[in-house]
Amino acid sequence: MGKHSSYDAIVAGAGHNGLTTACYLAKAGLKVLVVEKNDWIGGAAVSRSLHDGWTYSNCSYVCSLLRREIVRDLELPRFGLQVIPYEGGASFTKDGDYFAYMSDHDALRREIARHSSKDVDAYERFSQTVIRQCRFIRPFLLRNAPDPTSLKPRDISELLFLVKQAHGLGAKELGETLRFWSMSIGDFLDEHFETDLIKTHIAGAGIIGTGLGVYSPGTAYVLLHHYMGDVDGAIGAWGFARGGMGAISNALGAAFEEAGGEIVMGSGVDKFLVKGGKAVGVALENGDTYYAPIIASNMDVKRTFLKHMDQGVLPADFTKAVERFKIRGSSGKLNIALDSLPKFPAAPEGATFMRGDLHCSASLNELERAYDDWKEGYWSKDPYFDLLIPSQIDPTMAPQGKHMMTVFVQYAPYDLNVDGVRSGENWNDATRKAFADCVFDKIEQGCPDIRKHVVHAEVRSPWDIENEVGLTEGNIFQGELTFDQLLFNRPIPGYAQYDTPIDGMYIVGSSAHPGGGVMAAPGANAAREILRTIGKGKLMPKFAA
Amino acid sequence: MSAKIKAAAVPMGLIETPFYPRLAALSRAKSWIGWAGYISPLVLDTVEFEYFAIRNQATLFDISPMHKYRITGPDALAVVNRLITRDIRKVRDGRVGYAMWCDEDGMLIDDGTVFRFSQTDFRLCCQEPMYGWLMDVAWGFDVVVEDESDSIAALSLQGPTSYSVLKDAGLDVAEMKPFDWREVEPDLWISRTGFTGDLGYEIWVPRDHALAIWDRLWAAGADWGLRAIGGQALNMVRIEAGYIAAGVDFQPVHAVMRLHRGRTPMELGFDRTVAFDKGHFNGRRALLAQQDAGQRFALVKIDIGGFKPADGALIYHRKRTEVGHVTSGIWSPTAKRNIALAELKAPFGISVTTDLWADVYVHEEGVWRHKMVAVVIETKPFFANTRARATPPRAF
Ligand SMILES: Cc1cc2nc3c(=O)[nH]c(=O)nc-3n(C[C@H](O)[C@H](O)[C@H](O)COP(=O)(O)OP(=O)(O)OC[C@H]3O[C@@H](n4cnc5c(N)ncnc54)[C@H](O)[C@@H]3O)c2cc1C
Repeated sequence: MGKHSSYDAIVAGAGHNGLTTACYLAKAGLKVLVVEKNDWIGGAAVSRSLHDGWTYSNCSYVCSLLRREIVRDLELPRFGLQVIPYEGGASFTKDGDYFAYMSDHDALRREIARHSSKDVDAYERFSQTVIRQCRFIRPFLLRNAPDPTSLKPRDISELLFLVKQAHGLGAKELGETLRFWSMSIGDFLDEHFETDLIKTHIAGAGIIGTGLGVYSPGTAYVLLHHYMGDVDGAIGAWGFARGGMGAISNALGAAFEEAGGEIVMGSGVDKFLVKGGKAVGVALENGDTYYAPIIASNMDVKRTFLKHMDQGVLPADFTKAVERFKIRGSSGKLNIALDSLPKFPAAPEGATFMRGDLHCSASLNELERAYDDWKEGYWSKDPYFDLLIPSQIDPTMAPQGKHMMTVFVQYAPYDLNVDGVRSGENWNDATRKAFADCVFDKIEQGCPDIRKHVVHAEVRSPWDIENEVGLTEGNIFQGELTFDQLLFNRPIPGYAQYDTPIDGMYIVGSSAHPGGGVMAAPGANAAREILRTIGKGKLMPKFAA
Repeated sequence: MSAKIKAAAVPMGLIETPFYPRLAALSRAKSWIGWAGYISPLVLDTVEFEYFAIRNQATLFDISPMHKYRITGPDALAVVNRLITRDIRKVRDGRVGYAMWCDEDGMLIDDGTVFRFSQTDFRLCCQEPMYGWLMDVAWGFDVVVEDESDSIAALSLQGPTSYSVLKDAGLDVAEMKPFDWREVEPDLWISRTGFTGDLGYEIWVPRDHALAIWDRLWAAGADWGLRAIGGQALNMVRIEAGYIAAGVDFQPVHAVMRLHRGRTPMELGFDRTVAFDKGHFNGRRALLAQQDAGQRFALVKIDIGGFKPADGALIYHRKRTEVGHVTSGIWSPTAKRNIALAELKAPFGISVTTDLWADVYVHEEGVWRHKMVAVVIETKPFFANTRARATPPRAF
């Protein structure tokens, strides 16, 4: 017989969103328990030491989306969180050239002009459009998504807010916005730029984590999703969490414990317990059972309802909608310990843009072909990657003089195709090595000596990510970011308010609005909704209220 | 019949500090200001990255323009103790003390650091020129006051990896505690002091050794993210640390033309630096009187709601009565809060500490908006990290 205890609320999963919900609930005076299947907290926002002396942000690796309102409410800097922006980035070509993005605006103009004088002003127009779209969407991140089919006063008022914001744009801009939200990043960039290399450098943000190609409709929004964050108010800027992304989860964990919360690690939820249409508790794999009238699931909707709940208690059409929810995994990752800073010979000595995001893709066509491989169940033979060396800025990530490299790879399939059979089980040491080799070959395009510097490498496929983090199919956003799965449609039409058909049961992870990324917004919005439902809405702290 | 003297013309405009050649080579922003007649960088590259280098890596800032005075002789201790408000007898040899000094009305002349070599030998380091005042204070005592401002070059090496930089430069400071200071090598003094609230050191050398020590630290800093910075980034971290700046958070009383612009240490929140029990010192009587009568102002640390920096904002009580203003205000990229130092008129900030509001003005692309934002008075510095005080220091 395991342990049995009762709480006011239980959060299943110590991902950063689950921890955020837990913090807000605990601060409002609830007795809260977080249960986590792994022996550590953080989900896809973790720092792990897998090779002595090195720290890997082994899932998410850069920070921008994290809402500053939440950071302030929960006083995360007091618990050790420090976010440091990085500057610049570059894309290296096969023939020894590169395009560098620089935070120095004058230098950036000169750099673009080196490739095309026409693209210099095109870039200004492009950024203006994107920033305007960001300014439009940002106010929605910490609000509930309005449900256009509902007649509840709150939905109507949220809808009015949306209409008002949209109306403020004016007819022309609103038209542009609707077009932007539905178009492909490839088409959008083709409208602006003539240089393929520059387009490709920007286009990456439209496909990261996404089961779509650069010319698939909807990828312009994905780019927006990566631009709508900020570091200290600089919209679109990205940074490192000092000590790795785990610093975010650890700060949340510490804030939660200071507020009186309790975390139990090492055994996952086996079943969400439901009685008479009401959530009553969780039964863990180790036999322990915990009871509470509020159950918040930090797992994605598919995992929550299809793996850990008796189907009998759910309406059939809801289950069907959950089954339909798109959550295809498309990304792999390499975390690499390096014996020294590897050289990218094309870059000038000491170039500051080397401290940013590096790539070796040179044309939109190349990206589209990379997507084609994935559709067939293969990793891209000529992959796109987002490569950074955080140890150039963060002294805590690697021993002195040594470095840590993170390589996010697009595309890698969840159900790998080997001899015509597609299955996650096809990911094994041999296929992982072949995948890594393919990525290293591509890195060599910009960094010929890379292999000589490798001390240790962790190779992660979508299958591995699912097994460790619990992200179904390894989808990094807990569900794809296509328009049919955003706002009032996220995760399931009719259930976009963090609620579910089960009374007292909530979805608080990235499956919910406004979606994936280390943003903490779903967790905070869900907490607000939970507190409101139990009549404690006033206890939500000011910034996220 | 008199011999004709050929007068040497003084240099016009700003002159170079000993580190200027290195700074000039690093300057991308070409953003310089005058500091005590010297060329000093406001920004070398970008404020943002210089700021983060202080809080994440290590930074070099040229503090050579600081005024430095050597006070030596049998009565040196007595002179220093007459000058400053704290008790210098409690600062041991090889230690540094933060100090304030006042005129006879108890009004702050300047603040700075006193370096104690021995009881007959001190160095005073401060923002304002102080030679004349020191000579006044020393009148009748057996001491020599020497202006070392031009002969001593100094660098501030600050940030979490600053200890590692010194170590790799072959300078052993492992055992040095905060406010210790040592002659680590002949003619090379290091103090564990700074203006950042973080781990950091200041390095003091004769002027002609300046470039050699710069190059030595620069080479050692390659693995530790060492960056040269300007004064603007430093200003941000000193606000986070809750340090006050002369001419900004208080007006040095010798420099003001208008009456009643001076402030006492208590009015600036530095009661702890006034040692009434040590015997006579300049301003003692006036400060005692103020202790009875109560202070007229209070400089306080405040947290301001929202995300817009509130520098210069007026502060209101109940959103109606104007009670003071922000003297230094920034968005803190480390605390992720909107923070400031603000001067309030008594009793606000002393017995009345709630229902305070900042009227924050924001200019965005041709449109002004303003908003009353809630103010919360804080007692602790906005930035505090255990790494700042650990001895031996951590690697980062
Ligand atoms: C490889 C990769 C790279 C990424 N890069 C970035 C990036 O650079 N920047 C960015 O902003 N975002 C990035 N993302 C996306 C971002 O990390 C995620 O969207 C986000 O962290 C999800 O947070 P969450 O709290 O919603 O869910 P999760 O982090 O998925 O948390 C779910 C938690 O539930 C736990 N759990 C699962 N099953 C059970 C069970 N049965 N019982 C108990 N607990 C359970 C899991 O262990 C986990 O801790 C990346 C994601 C991945 C995978």
